Order: sequence, then structure tokens, then C-alpha cells
Amino acid sequence: MADVFRPYIAVLAARFQLMLQYRAAALAGFATQCWFGVIRILVFAAFYAGGAAGQPLSLRDAVTYTWLGQAFLAFLPWNADPDVADMVRTGAVAYERLRPVDTYAWWYARALAWSTARVLPRAALMVAFASVLLPLAGLGKWGLPPPPTWSAAGLFALSAAGMILLSAALTVILNVIMAASMSDRGANTLAAPFVNLFSGMIIPLAFFPDTLRPFLRAQPLAGLVDIPFSIYFAGLTGTDALGAIALQFLWVVVLVLLGRWWLGAVMGRLQIQGG
Amino acid sequence: MDALRLYGRYAAVSIRSQLAYPGSFLLMSCGQFLVTVTEFVGVWALFQRFGHIQGWRVGEVALFYGLASVIFSVADAVTRGFDVFGSVFVKTGNFDRLLLRPRTSALQLLGYELRLTRIGRLAQGLIVFGIGVHLTGFAWTPASAALLAWALAGGTALFSGLFVCQATLAFWTVESLEAMNVLTYGGEAAAEYPLNIYASWFRDFLIFVVPIACVTYFPLLVAMGRADPLGTPAWALPLTPMAGFVFLGLSLWIWGFGVRRYTSTGS
Amino acid sequence: MPQILVEGLAKTYRVAERDPGTWGAVRGLVRRRWRTIEALKGVSFSLEAGELLGFIGPNGAGKSTTIKILSGILQPSEGRCEVDGLTPWRDRIRHVARIGVVFGQRTQLWWDLPVIEGFDLLRDIYSVPPDRYRRIRDELVGLMRLEKLLDQPVRQLSLGQRMRCEIAAAMLHEPSILFLDEPTIGLDAPSKLAVRDFVRVLNKERGVTVILTTHDMHDIEALAQRVIVIGNGTILADSPFETLRQGVLAERRMFIDFEADAPDLAGLGLPGVIVHGRDGRALELAFDPGVIAAPQLISRITAAHAVADIHVDEPAIEEVIARFYDLHGAGEA
Repeated sequence: MADVFRPYIAVLAARFQLMLQYRAAALAGFATQCWFGVIRILVFAAFYAGGAAGQPLSLRDAVTYTWLGQAFLAFLPWNADPDVADMVRTGAVAYERLRPVDTYAWWYARALAWSTARVLPRAALMVAFASVLLPLAGLGKWGLPPPPTWSAAGLFALSAAGMILLSAALTVILNVIMAASMSDRGANTLAAPFVNLFSGMIIPLAFFPDTLRPFLRAQPLAGLVDIPFSIYFAGLTGTDALGAIALQFLWVVVLVLLGRWWLGAVMGRLQIQGG
Repeated sequence: MDALRLYGRYAAVSIRSQLAYPGSFLLMSCGQFLVTVTEFVGVWALFQRFGHIQGWRVGEVALFYGLASVIFSVADAVTRGFDVFGSVFVKTGNFDRLLLRPRTSALQLLGYELRLTRIGRLAQGLIVFGIGVHLTGFAWTPASAALLAWALAGGTALFSGLFVCQATLAFWTVESLEAMNVLTYGGEAAAEYPLNIYASWFRDFLIFVVPIACVTYFPLLVAMGRADPLGTPAWALPLTPMAGFVFLGLSLWIWGFGVRRYTSTGS
Repeated sequence: MPQILVEGLAKTYRVAERDPGTWGAVRGLVRRRWRTIEALKGVSFSLEAGELLGFIGPNGAGKSTTIKILSGILQPSEGRCEVDGLTPWRDRIRHVARIGVVFGQRTQLWWDLPVIEGFDLLRDIYSVPPDRYRRIRDELVGLMRLEKLLDQPVRQLSLGQRMRCEIAAAMLHEPSILFLDEPTIGLDAPSKLAVRDFVRVLNKERGVTVILTTHDMHDIEALAQRVIVIGNGTILADSPFETLRQGVLAERRMFIDFEADAPDLAGLGLPGVIVHGRDGRALELAFDPGVIAAPQLISRITAAHAVADIHVDEPAIEEVIARFYDLHGAGEA
């Protein structure tokens, strides 16, 4: 088991080194995301100016939601692991079996490393910008406030863990889809729109018609964005929050089991067919 | 015009080689269509909740939204060479090859690829615009059609100019090109809504610095037969798409500087 | 009036420096250091129309910098250069319309397109009139035997096939000067011979001026009447290849198989002879033909000892060149 952790740490460290080198790229990406956050907030502000009564979220909450979304953007499972894509392209997927590790755990660890390494610096910069800089510039009400209560903060930490694990599980499923279809296209191209819509990245799920609410809250992608962020600004509290977190972890378990089984089937087929 | 003929050949070659992989082409076009459509679904849902945004109803916003998407997708399709300039030409030194041909580098980059998969966003833009036409009872007259065509031309010029600027950046740094997304994708996102909903500093930026408002907001107001809530004089409105061409001209001029710098310092 | 004139060409680059390791990377965030590299320190030569020039030198010596300046894609820091009366980097479009360039490592053809379509596209880029184009294309295709390759996409060709198409493509607009940058790199033996033949025909029968950059000394031996050696940004030699060889290694090797165990030759008093190796009955020695001619050396040895076989050779060309670089302190930068 320790073997699985060591490569994870190594990948994380290598990613950080790489990022320090491409500092200009990191800053540019950060600036872009700030900008998109600003545009979304301006649009929300314009909507809310027409009357905030009876809305499922307050403007403040919508602003919070937006900044959190930008900070944790890299956790969205839009693409399969690019190295797996390379392997599929060159027909070398079967070689993964040569590694003395459990393939699913290996891919899972890589997905974790890959997403965490990309999120941490971005989230830190976002927090610095939206939680520190904006208030200092007198724009506090447009910034990112801390969670309103300690319980919200604690529950958020739990939910964030669920988000991270869920993201990795979905990424590995994308890997498996790619390996199963023997093409590096399909999974990558079609995942993003579904993920964006159903996770709540496009708009908070609460804004969708009430009749769709139960379905939207129950589906696995909600745990990527909507559930953790709602817990953060205490839109979801107490037992509701705990229930949502439990649902997140339930989906993690389901997707991990599904992924393991499916990967086994695909690898088995590759072993027979070759490459 | 010899250059135009050459561009036609480049385009034909590019289209043929993309259609040689029809499965991949369809998949990517669909993917892009879905991505852009789901974004509009979000906008639609917000209008169901709020009813209007600063007085604009969903049908009117759909007109702005659709026009912005159409303009962006055309520019995006045509300037692919500039978009990938940093990674495909500068990093690899392949730009030398372009300089060794007796044609301007800009023309060759234009001919690099005519990216057909952008039809995904284009389709979405046309559908959304169509929804807007239906909901607002938009009046199709020769004048309004001409104005839209004029806005489309100016808008394509403007966004192409932004991609040219992005490529020019690559002469100095190949790594921070993502920053230009602020203006290209960010500009398109901003143009999706009528300008007057934004704070004044943002509006001024979109009129005077990167004149996106001049190729979407103002001409569309005229085509819709509305006056500008911000009070711009009515005679000025139809002329505004000109700004897009001016912007493109400036971008190409700066591009020339970039090429000269490249040849003096080497890759 | 020389076709190509180069005078006092100099080029200096500035390169950013970074300290190694993580701490260096962090420091690099705050401050950058610059290092200047003098790629060329004053290069001068001239070339008449129809010459075939071999351009050699160790890596980093300034060869590609000179070629880039001559082709017009790089500006020098100092110096003058004229090709057919034009300054390459100033009159770029007119200049490149008259030259052809082949890079050994990279193709100028379109990867997914059939060769013939790539040729047609080049015709439009270079604005070659259709009749002239058809004639030249058919001549080149016949010369290089490309008929079977024309309909294949470039990515399906082998390296040797691709290089032949590359050279044809570079000649479609009938340039008067052809730059070849490592054209035989990675090619198998028959392909190398084919490429050399092609270049020889272009130069001898069509009078195309050729500048050939290569690390393969057999290319030079086969083709170049004249050789320029560049090292450390300056010209180390500009002469016919034989002169270069004589100047560096006026030495030949002799391999002798004796009937009995190889003897000690000291008692024979052979001038300037150095024994390089002895193994059972085999002996390898080096001698200077200027001091003692091969026939004399052979007769003196065979008079004193019974010899089964003799074999005389020149040191490998690579050795000649490597020795030349060494002599001028021009080894790899």
C-alpha cells in the first residue's frame, strides 16, 4: 500500500517544480479565471438588481459560489489522464500491467495527484485575491467570505474531501472509457458539457426548476460542486448537509467499484487481444 | 487577387483533410455544440427565476448571445493558425519554414487550418439567435439584415485581431498565452449580455479598449430598432462595427513588429 | 561578381540563465540573469554561381546561424551579406522566392496530404506558372523516381523517400541556390547515394549553387569541391577538401600479417613510422607518405621479414575532421 503513496507524492512534487518554472503560465491562467469570475458576478449582480426576493440563493451566496467554483475548477473531471490518452493512442495500454502495482489504484493515485497539484496553487491564489485583496480594496461584499459558522467550515472540509475523491473516481472512469473505446477522443470531448451542467458549475443547481431538484441533488455530479459549495455558505446545514455528504461518499464507493470492475474487464480483454 | 486565390486553396486542402476523419469531426463538433448549449440552458434557467435582467427579457438577450456566439465561432474557425502559433510554430522553430516562403507569414497562418469543428458553436449561436428572433418578433428588413452582416464582418475582424495579438505575444513568451483567453473567450462571454448591465468601467473597456460593444451591442440595438439606454447618439450607432476593422489593422501592424523581433533575435 | 557575398558577419544572442534546483526556480521568479553568447564572430567568404560548398563544423559552432542569416530568417548583429544582389533579411520575400531550403530533420510538405497535392500547393505559394510547373515537376519526378510516391500521404513515406520528395519540392520553383541542412541524416545507404546523386546532377547539369551542411563526411567527400570549416563562430578553413585533409593528417595506416609472430621493426631504421598495435602475427603501423613512400616501406619490410598480407588505408575521415577540430580548439561547445 505504501508503494501506492510514494509515486503519488513524487508526482505531486514534480508538478510543483514544473509549475514554478512556468510561473508566467500559472499567473496568466489565474488572471483568466479571475476575469471569468468577475463577469459571472457582474451578470448575477445585474439579475439580482431586478429583485432578490424569493430566490433560492442570496446574491452574496451566488458570489461566494462563483469564487469557490473558480478556485476548485481543476477538480472538474473534464478530461481523462493525458498520459493514458497517449497510451491509448500508441496502443501501449497493456504495458500498464507491467507495473508491480494495482492498476486501478495506480490510476486513482495519478488522478488525485494530477488534480490536487493543479488546484492547490490556483485555490491559494484565488483565496488571496477574493478573500484578502478584494476586501482590502473596499470591495469586500464582492469577495469570498469565510464560512459563516464553525460547523459549516467543518462540514465543508468533509464535503471537500468527498469532492476530491469523487473527482478522481470520475477521472479514472474516463480513463477506462478511453481504454475501452481504444480512441482518445470520445471521452474527452463529451464529458465536459455533462459535468459542467450537472455539477452545478454553469449555475447553482438550486436555480433550476424546483421539479428537477430531487433528481439534480441525488445524481453523482452534484457532489463535485453544488453540494460542497452549498455547505460552505450554509445553504445546506445540519442533517441535510450530513445527508448530502453521505450521498457524496456513497457515490464515491459506487464509482470506485464500478471503475475497478470495468477496468478489470477491459484489461482482461486487452490481455487476450493485445495492445 | 493572388493572395485570395491562395487562401482558397489552403481552405480547400484544410477542409478535405478534416473531412477525411468524419467520425472525429462529428464527435468534436457535437461536443462543442453541447458545451455551448448547456451554457445557454443555464442562462435560460436564470431568466425563469428572475424574469428579466435590467429590463431585458430572455428573447432580447438571446439575440445578443446568439450574435456573439456566431461572430466568435467564425473568427475562431479562421484564425486557428494564430491560436496555436506558440506551440506549433514558435516552440518548435517551424516558423522558420513559413519565413522561407515568399508570402507574408500572416497569410500562411490564416491558411494553416479552417477549423470546421467550430460549427458546433456556430450552430448553437444560430439556434439561440433564432429563438431570440422568435421571442422578440425581430423585424427582418434589408436594413436590419445588412446591419447584422456588417456587425458580423466587423466582429469577425475584431476577434481575429485578438487572436493575432495572442500569436504576437508568443514571440515574447510561449507560456503565458492563456492570459489572452481573458479577451477572446472572456470577450465573447461579456458580449453575450447587453452592455448596459455592466458597471461603467467595464462598459468603457468594452467600447474603447477592446471594442466588443461596437460589433455586437450597438449594431444590434439599431437592428432591433431601439435607442441606446446609455444615450449614445443614434447616428453613431450603425458606424461602430468599423472599430473591429481598425482593431484588426492595428493587430496586424503589431504582428509585423513581432516578426521583425523574431528575425533579429532568432528563436 | 560573386553570387553570394558575406563580409564580417557577427551575431550575439542573449539567453536567460536559471540556477538549478527548487531554490533556484523560486529565485528565478524574482530576478533573471542574462548570458551573452557570441554565435558568430566575424565570418567572411564569397561564392560564385554554380559552386557546391560543404559547410562543416562541430555542434554549436555557428553553422546554422550562418545558414539562417543567408536564408533571410535571421538578422546579424553586424556585417554585410548579399545574395544575387539582395540583402536576405531585408528583402525577405523576394529573396526566398529564389532559394530552396531542405531541412534534414523537418519536412516542408504537409503531413496528411499526398505528395503531389503538396507540390501543387507549393506551386500556388510560389506563383509558378502552370506550364512551367508541369514541366519542372515531371522532370524532377523522373529524376528522383518519385512516380510511385506521388499519391501517398507524406506521413506514410519512409525517411529516404521523404527526403527525395523534399529535395524535389525545394526545386519546384527553380531556385538558383539550394541550401541543404543535414539532408542524409538517418538515411539508409541506398537513399544516401540517391540523394548525393540528385544533388550532384542539380549542381553539375543544372548549375544550381549548393550549400551543404552536414556531419556526414562521406557527403563532403562525394560532393564538395570546396569546404568551409566553422568553429567557435569563426572560419577555421576555406579550401578544397583534399588540401584540408593533407594539412591535418598527412598520415596513412598499414596493416601487415606476418608469416611468423610480428617482429620488432626497430632495427630497420624506418623514418617517421609509429607502431600502433601488435597482436600475434598482425601489426598496425602509421607512416607519413611525405617522409617515406608506401612502396619503399613495403619493400624494406618484406626484404627483412616474411609477409603474408599487406593492406594500406587512410585514417577515417571523421578522424581527420575530429583532429582538425582539436587542433583549432574547436571541439563541441
